[in-house]
Amino acid sequence: MGWLYLALGITVAFGLAHLLRAALFRLAPVRWRGGLRGMPLTAAFGLMVIATYVVVAFAAPLLAPFPEREVVGAQFQPWGATHWLGTDRLGRDMASRLIYGARNTVGIAFATTALAFIVGSLLGLWAALRGGWLDQGLSRLVDALMAIPSLIFSLLLLTIFGTSVLTLILVIAAVDATRVYRIARSVAQGIVVMDYIEAARLRGEGSWYLIRREILPNALAPLVAEFGLRFCFVFLTISSLSFLGLGIQPPMADWGSMVRENATLITFGDITPLLPAGAIALLTVAVNFVVDWQLYRASGLREQAG
Amino acid sequence: MGALLRMILQRLALGVLTLFVVSVVIFGATELLPGDLASSLLGQAATPETVAALRRQLGLDLPAPVRYWNWLTGALQGDFGVSLANRRPISDMIAARLGNTIFLALYAAALAVPLALVLGILAALWRNSVFDRVSNAGALTAISFPEFFVAYILVLWLAQSGYFPSMVRISPVSTFADKIYMAFLPALTLTLVVTAHMMRMTRAAIINLMAQPYIEMARLKGLSPLRIVLRHALPNALAPIINVVALNLAYLITGVVVVEVVFVYPGLGQLMVDSVAKRDIAVVQAIALIFASAYVLLNLTADVLATLTNPRLMSKG
Repeated sequence: MGWLYLALGITVAFGLAHLLRAALFRLAPVRWRGGLRGMPLTAAFGLMVIATYVVVAFAAPLLAPFPEREVVGAQFQPWGATHWLGTDRLGRDMASRLIYGARNTVGIAFATTALAFIVGSLLGLWAALRGGWLDQGLSRLVDALMAIPSLIFSLLLLTIFGTSVLTLILVIAAVDATRVYRIARSVAQGIVVMDYIEAARLRGEGSWYLIRREILPNALAPLVAEFGLRFCFVFLTISSLSFLGLGIQPPMADWGSMVRENATLITFGDITPLLPAGAIALLTVAVNFVVDWQLYRASGLREQAG
Repeated sequence: MGALLRMILQRLALGVLTLFVVSVVIFGATELLPGDLASSLLGQAATPETVAALRRQLGLDLPAPVRYWNWLTGALQGDFGVSLANRRPISDMIAARLGNTIFLALYAAALAVPLALVLGILAALWRNSVFDRVSNAGALTAISFPEFFVAYILVLWLAQSGYFPSMVRISPVSTFADKIYMAFLPALTLTLVVTAHMMRMTRAAIINLMAQPYIEMARLKGLSPLRIVLRHALPNALAPIINVVALNLAYLITGVVVVEVVFVYPGLGQLMVDSVAKRDIAVVQAIALIFASAYVLLNLTADVLATLTNPRLMSKG
């Protein structure tokens, strides 16, 4: 029976994705249509899922039937009319916490990725532009930090600084910024040798202008794809840490810790604790689908140009 | 042979240097600790005398380089000091668990490596076929799943029906067959997650090679696709494939942490998570050093092996 539902769900999802793709194509301005034409169904599905998560995250207080942190019923109630997905081990409404989780988990992961990206890519571009001892020093430091597996390094840093949302964001952003630095530097190294950079330098432009106006626009495509991949990575890391009890702390509703708190239900054959884990997986799959399409498109465009 | 030996020695020296830097980073991280370790350990009971006594006991009154030297020489001899939480020797806490974790990682690797290589080669061979598309979409999905999601699906599916235990109870007296049976679900979880990565990378490496002129030549000669892949592509693909395998075995190191917690597996990962929660920095440092060394050594081995299979890499340095 379970497989039947799964197959049915996938069919419906891709049917909806098909409709969305057709609608996007109709509604989009003419100059975007070229890019949308080759969009595979998986990418349309990904976009649809991401849009749904964003809407749920912003409209969480309107959609959730109960407040995020209050005990509203008995513990571990089954699915029913008042509590759609039952209640958790303290008697909080599962459906509401799932909806608020979209805001907390995804929001924190997004903020972390953004921070890692700003720090990592700026340093990477700067190092590629300046070269010399600055580049050498930063790169060797990053090499040393990257020799330690990221989850292990994050665990070490979390032990030192303790577990709170702010330290979580800073620690994961710092660890991931090293990976972004690598990519940004290698992308920028191909750009800084171009003639137009030389011309801008001869005009007497400063580093900040060069990064902002000359390098960044040309490095944007690979960096955007990397942002998607990084987001998935950060999102999974934060969820794993929360699952381990070291990430986002209760009473904040968060998908990783919801799985951990209610995991005992699984041994009784109840699938409710799998729903937040599934929510994590679905978003990561969706982002990966869109990134795959973007990467394919970027490589295709480059072949045409070259 | 001289050049080969020199290359290996060079890589080894680089590896030792990396290990040294890693140990400095792991040790130096504690220096970032806001405030004084001794007074934060004592908490409410901190009086100037007790703090001073504890500092002397932990060796905190010595300068940092001296402490680092003592820590490193101790660690090299298998002595990691005592736990801050319960004052037990860390090496005692680690000893039994280290073996369990290595067992689990090897178990998963033994399942995952052949599976991933066969799937990856088949997908490359039948490029753009239904098999390729399905296995690729499947791999992308598996990569996107958090480890605990995969683990609990397996629990729901295989442990619920009573085929395999969902909690691992390994004791020193367990027989090998017992261990294999007990650790099946954690190993399967790790296998699923790692296989996806490894398969995609194997496929990419083979497809990359198939675009080479000498493969085109073999194809024009009229060789069968299987023969082309096995005789012409695979020997040249060994270097990238060894890299892929090592990279993913290194990935197992972090995957092991989450999976051990899900299945209550008595390994290093679980000890590390418990120690992070207790903020027992001495234990976390010791385990981080072990995991990071394993990671560095795996990458080093892959580097040397890849160069051995493809001598052209040697000149590239």
